[in-house]
Amino acid sequence: MWIDKQKNILDFTLSSLLRRKGKNAALVCVYSVVVFVLASVMFFTHAIKKEAMIILKDAPEVIVQRMVAGRHDLMDLSYADEIRKITGVSSAEGRLWGYYYDPLFKANYTLMVPPEFKYQEGEIAIGQGVSRSAVTEAGNVMPFFGIDGKLTSFRIRELLSSESELVTSDLVLMSEQDFRALFGIPKNRATDLAVTVGNPQEVVTIANKIKKQLPDTRPIIREEIIRTYDTIFDWRSGIMLVIFSGALLAFIIFAWDKASGLSAEERKEIGILKATGWETSDVILMKFWEGAVISLTSFLAGMIFAYVHVFFSSAALFEPVLKGWAVLYPQFRLVPYINAYQVTTLFFLTVVPYTTATIIPAWRAAIVDPDSVMRT
Amino acid sequence: MRKSMVYLAVVVSQVVITVVLSIHAATVIKAARPRQEGVSRVVSALKLTDLCLFTEARYTRHPSMADRNTAFQDYPFSFEHFPSGSLMTVPEIVRKR
Repeated sequence: MWIDKQKNILDFTLSSLLRRKGKNAALVCVYSVVVFVLASVMFFTHAIKKEAMIILKDAPEVIVQRMVAGRHDLMDLSYADEIRKITGVSSAEGRLWGYYYDPLFKANYTLMVPPEFKYQEGEIAIGQGVSRSAVTEAGNVMPFFGIDGKLTSFRIRELLSSESELVTSDLVLMSEQDFRALFGIPKNRATDLAVTVGNPQEVVTIANKIKKQLPDTRPIIREEIIRTYDTIFDWRSGIMLVIFSGALLAFIIFAWDKASGLSAEERKEIGILKATGWETSDVILMKFWEGAVISLTSFLAGMIFAYVHVFFSSAALFEPVLKGWAVLYPQFRLVPYINAYQVTTLFFLTVVPYTTATIIPAWRAAIVDPDSVMRT
Repeated sequence: MRKSMVYLAVVVSQVVITVVLSIHAATVIKAARPRQEGVSRVVSALKLTDLCLFTEARYTRHPSMADRNTAFQDYPFSFEHFPSGSLMTVPEIVRKR
């Protein structure tokens, strides 16, 4: 029966692999690590891109910055009046936000005035990351150095939810009066403008009109904001893969050499098998199983470990690279967005080349005369 | 027990784990929807533009808001000052050139 034949050949293949168990075990381990790293990078970047896409779908439709000497500058609120006159614009509101470096905890915060701040002057709401880095909580007082160098204390009224940490971890929300007083920003100025457009299909046209009417501005549309994250986490780029590419290349050479170059012992084995009545197709089948045993086991193991690493341990191995020099880092758990395309790509990148590479040299050895193979 | 059966048991168990993980993924995706909607509402209410992933510099904290034409800022393979800058790719307009 076909199944029994496969089982017998598989038995023989496994016995043959176990004769060189040290070498093959090392190969499986390295192979699994390679799949693990590739899959981790793939899973992580896809999940974060997808998360960014979902979360930022309600970001402002157009942000208008004012550019001065190649850098964005404070925006005069009269620009908002100009923009509101453009047909199709529903609203244009000034946004007030900026950065604050906390010299005590060596962390960067994003200070922001929300459109509707529900607390009084002298009160703030902070993100979870700020709370962790400054070791503080709701009810405590948090000091900030103002533009005049004086310390101003704010009462923390609220900790922003841990669920929104991916976007609010470093935020400090305060009233407009406090923000303007702290940074010395005049009343007629804002950091940038958030523009709402009635018809989503007109966004690009309106952005172009803004650029034409106000040449010193830079409109950024929502699609560009989302695309930024697509570009940033393009999996082929990134320091992890650049560093890893050396190791990957070494593995490919090693695996190719191992799979495609038959040792004298293996050639002899094929010769003996043929002399004892094995068909060429049986030898090729045996080599197929050899390739499949090693690559399929490694592929599945690498993928399972990558899933656990990215989605159960929040990509703990990547965290130092992602964190960089940042003191403040959000705590988040990624949603496992994995599609068939990713798994298939990984399969064709790892299992197929190795299995194919084992068959061709075996076929070459199997078609020659058994006697001459055994003599070499 | 035959070696082939042991091997097949290992592969089957790996496949079963993979299937369990894919079920886990589907469940988590479904369960995450209300949270993501909540975060999306926060983004809308506060008019936020970026994820809070790299807080070390303004162009890493708000990459979508960063200047596109300032040296040493958003070109990943220039003399990069901050490690997370290395994660960012070349802006599309530069790649197309």
